[in-house]
Amino acid sequence: MYEKDGEKYFVVDSHMHYWDASPQNWVKGQENYAKGWIDCFHAYQSLGPAETHWPIERFQKYSEEGLMKDVFEDGHVDVAIFQPTYLKSWYTEGFNTTEKNGALAEKHPGKFIVNSRFEPRGGDASMKEFEENVARWQPKGVKLYTAEWLDGSRGWTLKDPEAYRFLAKAQELGVKNIHVHKGPTIWPLDKDAFDVSDIDHAATDFPELNFIVEHVGLPRIEDFCFMATQEPNVYAGLSVVIGGLMHARPRFFAKVMGELLFWVGEDKMTFGSDYGIWEPKWQVEGFVDWDFPAGDEFSDYPRLGTAGKKKILGLNAAKLYDIDVPAEFQLPADAGTPAAKDDAVLVDASA
Amino acid sequence: MIDAASVLAALDTVRDPELDEPVTSLGFVSSCSVSEDGVADVHLRLPTYFCAPNFAFLMVADAYEAVSAVAGIMRTEIVLDDHFASDAINDGVRARSGFVAAFDGLADAELDGLRIDFIRKAVLAGTDRVCRPMLNDGRSGAELASLTLGDAPPSPDRERLRARRAELGLPSDDSSPLLVDPATGAAVAVEALPLHMRRARLTRVGAEANSGICRGMLKDRYPSLGIGEDEA
Repeated sequence: MYEKDGEKYFVVDSHMHYWDASPQNWVKGQENYAKGWIDCFHAYQSLGPAETHWPIERFQKYSEEGLMKDVFEDGHVDVAIFQPTYLKSWYTEGFNTTEKNGALAEKHPGKFIVNSRFEPRGGDASMKEFEENVARWQPKGVKLYTAEWLDGSRGWTLKDPEAYRFLAKAQELGVKNIHVHKGPTIWPLDKDAFDVSDIDHAATDFPELNFIVEHVGLPRIEDFCFMATQEPNVYAGLSVVIGGLMHARPRFFAKVMGELLFWVGEDKMTFGSDYGIWEPKWQVEGFVDWDFPAGDEFSDYPRLGTAGKKKILGLNAAKLYDIDVPAEFQLPADAGTPAAKDDAVLVDASA
Repeated sequence: MIDAASVLAALDTVRDPELDEPVTSLGFVSSCSVSEDGVADVHLRLPTYFCAPNFAFLMVADAYEAVSAVAGIMRTEIVLDDHFASDAINDGVRARSGFVAAFDGLADAELDGLRIDFIRKAVLAGTDRVCRPMLNDGRSGAELASLTLGDAPPSPDRERLRARRAELGLPSDDSSPLLVDPATGAAVAVEALPLHMRRARLTRVGAEANSGICRGMLKDRYPSLGIGEDEA
């Protein structure tokens, strides 16, 4: 929890990781990809404050003690949600798997929520693995990375028939929060891999599921926002938005926040630090202090007050994940309902 | 003898299709030279090892076309460095065999459709760049719907918007409507205007935020400035 100016914030970090990208874990013959991936992540860290940068060795593989300190002791986080990314084509034991995350979660009861994933291209074997993971870890969500390479494939979309089979299973098993992360490749490669229209289809066809689009569809914020106004079960995951823009590009950050507040609304935005890319401490503290800069270019965006910040930093995700929030962190009755689906209404054309 | 400046001027016309900015000002040109016998040698670099291969291919192919067209250039070498698909892209462009052949089995079509989608986004973003100052100067939204492109104050942003519209075959002379649908070229009706302007601003914010992140990533990856890079 974080306290500032007499206000108490319950913090849910809804998008974080515990990865191993050390050279010992690189698949033979795939070293360039394994190294390229973690070097790219490390460059993202450079967009945060200099005093929070790590040397590459620590970044490739950080310790349990380091994570617990950065996230909970120093980082103000109450509950952290592990989002796995497998990448077994490049990392022998996987980059960041359900099992690795789950083992850490079991050592620290109450601190973590363990999400899983499914791999729609893996057929029945993958379905079996998904069902076993759900039985073992009781995830309330999955993280889907559509640019994951598998054998010759360079990615997939949520509207593939194979993906629908898994989404139907997720809905049946009560795995209701679908975190989607787009990457640079997809099949076929001539299509825009970052396109979010497949999420639009899936959100319409699976109304009981919530679709949390990580990094708000960046670099396709415009497509994401327009889609989110039309789908009540689509949410904006702020990973990368706060970490990648708030410090490095404060004016762009303000504009992106303004657009999100207008199109998506404060009830449907969730904080995620993307740890270990960025530590949560500076993000939480900076976000609580944040306001629009002065200037005409920001003047007609919706304002964000204390209640909105409380929703974004924790109450919205707590609602999606059924996390009990102590009374001292709850909003007054007139401050709206966190994660309210009906906040998304088609934007009035005369607005 | 051709000097490198004329090759660099040709590279100024090559844009990152996603960001709608020249590869030079973005810092993507790491070296540019011309030999005495007219061989141009250009190296390109991108913000990450995993930048989307389709956009990367377009930049390398466009650079090849632009540099080859410079008078006196006998042969052109464009090399994309440090990218997961460098070999496929460099070889494909050198052979001028197209994207489908360069990524055998992984692509269904050439990249014309992708390019058009992003020029349409550039038209929307450019509409905000031209119209936002007019709105700030007190013009009403309804007024904009009755204006022509020639009514907008002359500026580099207006000419950039005109050029993008022309590339799509949309009306682009001074007498054409200021606000057009980027897909059809039809004038935007006054009742559709508020939403159109909201979308235009959103599209511009998206592109500029992406550009900010890309520049930050590039700077971390390559501390030295690119040839022709501006430090925005």
